Amino acid sequence: MTTKTQGSRSAAAQAAEVVKEASMLKQKEMIARNYDLLTGAPETGRKVASTFVPGNLNELIMCFDLLNNLPEINAIQNGMRKVSGDYINEAEKRGHSEDVCTYVKADLGMMARGNLAPNGKPLPKPDVLLLSYTGCFTFMKWFELVRDEYKCPTVMLHVPYQGDGRTTENMRSYIVKQLREEVIPTLERVSGVKFDIDRLREYLRESARAEDDFVWVLESAKHKPSPIDAYFGGVYYIGPIFTAFRGTPDATEYYRLLRGEIQERIARGLGPVTPEGDMKDQRYRLVVEGPPNWTSFREFWKMFYDDGAVVVASSYTKVGGTYDLGFRHDPEHPLETLADYCLGCYTNRSLPQRVELLEKYVREYDADGLLINSIKSCNSFSAGQLMIMREIERRTGKPAAFIETDLVDPRYFSPANVKNRLESYFQMIDQKRRSVASAA
Amino acid sequence: MAGKESIAAIVARCQDLFDDLDFKSARAWKEASPGRRVVAYMPIYVPREIVHAAGMLPLGILGGGENLEVIHGDAYYQSYICRIPRSTLELGITGKLDFVDGFLFPSICDVIRNLSGIWKLLFPKVYVRYFDVPQNFADAVGGTYYEQELRELKEGLEHLGGVRITDEALRASIEVYNENRRLVKDLYALRARAPWLAPTSEVYLLVRAGMVLPVEEHSQLLRDYLAAAAAEQRPARDNCRVVLNGVFCEQPPLNLIKAIEMSGCYVVDDDFMLVTRWLLDDVPVAGDPIQALSAAFLHRSAETSAKYQPLLALKGKYILESVHDNGAEGVIFAAPSFCDPALLERPMLESRLDKADVPYIGFKYAENSGQMQPVREQAGTFADSIKLWSTP
Repeated sequence: MTTKTQGSRSAAAQAAEVVKEASMLKQKEMIARNYDLLTGAPETGRKVASTFVPGNLNELIMCFDLLNNLPEINAIQNGMRKVSGDYINEAEKRGHSEDVCTYVKADLGMMARGNLAPNGKPLPKPDVLLLSYTGCFTFMKWFELVRDEYKCPTVMLHVPYQGDGRTTENMRSYIVKQLREEVIPTLERVSGVKFDIDRLREYLRESARAEDDFVWVLESAKHKPSPIDAYFGGVYYIGPIFTAFRGTPDATEYYRLLRGEIQERIARGLGPVTPEGDMKDQRYRLVVEGPPNWTSFREFWKMFYDDGAVVVASSYTKVGGTYDLGFRHDPEHPLETLADYCLGCYTNRSLPQRVELLEKYVREYDADGLLINSIKSCNSFSAGQLMIMREIERRTGKPAAFIETDLVDPRYFSPANVKNRLESYFQMIDQKRRSVASAA
Repeated sequence: MAGKESIAAIVARCQDLFDDLDFKSARAWKEASPGRRVVAYMPIYVPREIVHAAGMLPLGILGGGENLEVIHGDAYYQSYICRIPRSTLELGITGKLDFVDGFLFPSICDVIRNLSGIWKLLFPKVYVRYFDVPQNFADAVGGTYYEQELRELKEGLEHLGGVRITDEALRASIEVYNENRRLVKDLYALRARAPWLAPTSEVYLLVRAGMVLPVEEHSQLLRDYLAAAAAEQRPARDNCRVVLNGVFCEQPPLNLIKAIEMSGCYVVDDDFMLVTRWLLDDVPVAGDPIQALSAAFLHRSAETSAKYQPLLALKGKYILESVHDNGAEGVIFAAPSFCDPALLERPMLESRLDKADVPYIGFKYAENSGQMQPVREQAGTFADSIKLWSTP
């Protein structure tokens, strides 16, 4: 095994050698362009809305010619570029508790240090904060804190939680009313652009096209061998649809390209593309619950593919929408469909619903078990995960395991501990297989 | 009780209720008549009037406290999650809540929210409801939504109890709780005016008793205490006056409250058990009672971290008002470890205090924190610094 430093250097070097597929290049170009648009806003006069991934109303934001800035994505970028640790330290020095969400602190620390985007230019002050309060308590505090810094207009969209495991007409009409009476008037005022519902319909129609291909991509992991990794690869696949591109022809084109590439992989019997090339040996098929660690993302992923573990389904790829459960944006009911979208996001679902979904994944993707990556600073995901683990083991008879890391705080990624736990888990799966085989 | 009890006797009774992890008082209430139902609730706010109008006992659950050994509960939570959900689960798993028929989990944070799902999975026979409240405060938007949520809660309780909750019953319950709120306000006013007559260690136990007693009994207890406190001579000390903030969910050990007082601080306001003071005025008893409860929530309810403040100019105003209205000289932020609402709110409150030149300190605790010496030293130094440097 290489050391941490050697490992990341070698992974980076090897990554450079891996041939980028057309979809990867497409997404890279889309992300770079969006950051250029954001950082160029002071010159172009474009206005900027900041919002969150769960409950992201990109189609609506585009109706007002606003650019979409997602602080979670900035935190992830900073985590992967290994600068989030310094930002978190900066926020803690300024009085933010070590106990709270590291996305928040990475964002606030980034602002304090000049708010530099990945292109090295400063992100502008947002013109409006669209506080889509969906599935995460911290969102509310996060944008109250950001509002304190920027003193900019802020509009809340409160999405009720599916406490009873279902949505109600009351919840839906509450969201629609907020859109009509608070969100749309605020965005009109900030942007100076009048709302055009037909324009929204067009974007929603475009979204639905991409969503079909996106779901096809996720479900391709039912093949054996799986042509994708639905967690480590999945976080790239969700990029366009969860962020500033849903509803754009670019996103549709991205998923069309991606689908074609995966079809090709299936035809050739290939596994997922990893930073070190095609994954060859698939010995373990896993379902993963929880977000990944971003500060050591490649090192983390390597621990899986080195041991032949492929993730066939994950809950994290549902935080920005549960399209694989059948939801599609519906241009015929534009505001209602935005409400349904928000209500259905993974962390807005009750714990029993989350258990049911993960159980379904274990069965339908013929997985060997469930692995939970429990994130220290994300109570929305993490509180209750040990209960989820017990329930999945009880219901499926498949082994489950638990590892603990964090989103973007490098202090909470302990490679040796994670690797030990993963290796023990893989042994547990082997043991389970042997006992099933001997019983047969 | 006829208002002649001594403070010591009243406080001793409250202490017994506080120490009782088997909830004997609530059990006795339930057993006193067949068909009675008990509905538990967690912080921060539920409309207890509706539970009361169904003829049920609302039972406030604030975790297991410092004296509950948590064994099973730890198996459900990672080390970086606060203690209240694990000790509450411990109460459930060990059968201490086996007499509870319903459990309401208010929207205070993601941990309590997810606990509602765990409760559904572990105790499928219990009526469990995640009680969502609006973060939009316009009558036609958040109000309409909230009224329907209240009606759904009412229907759920009617189904649980096999009863119909009439508007008349609900109005009567609103009146009963109006009276209770007035008495709690009187108690807080007395403490703010003359904190030596109503120390926080006693005020806390008195209000805490309201979590387990029927509201009528609790109101009588408050009346008795207020009468006894007015009649008793207690010496005033040269303490500094502080607001205690952040203690609205997981509770600190009682010794922590005592340690703050012993260090030279009079707590003149706090956010303990906000359910008793959430609605700021009497709720009107005329008209549609559900609409009245909704309007009170939207327009006249307490400010706290779990509630969105739409206007930047008003953000954090509540801590300044608390300081000003109660004549406080400083603020002590005490938050449970890993408490998102309290810890994320604190920097915003601190910035308001900085601007107003109000001194503050902060520390964290867990409900089973054992060492009080550091708290006493920190609070004592804070009190000394206020006395020495802040007073003109």
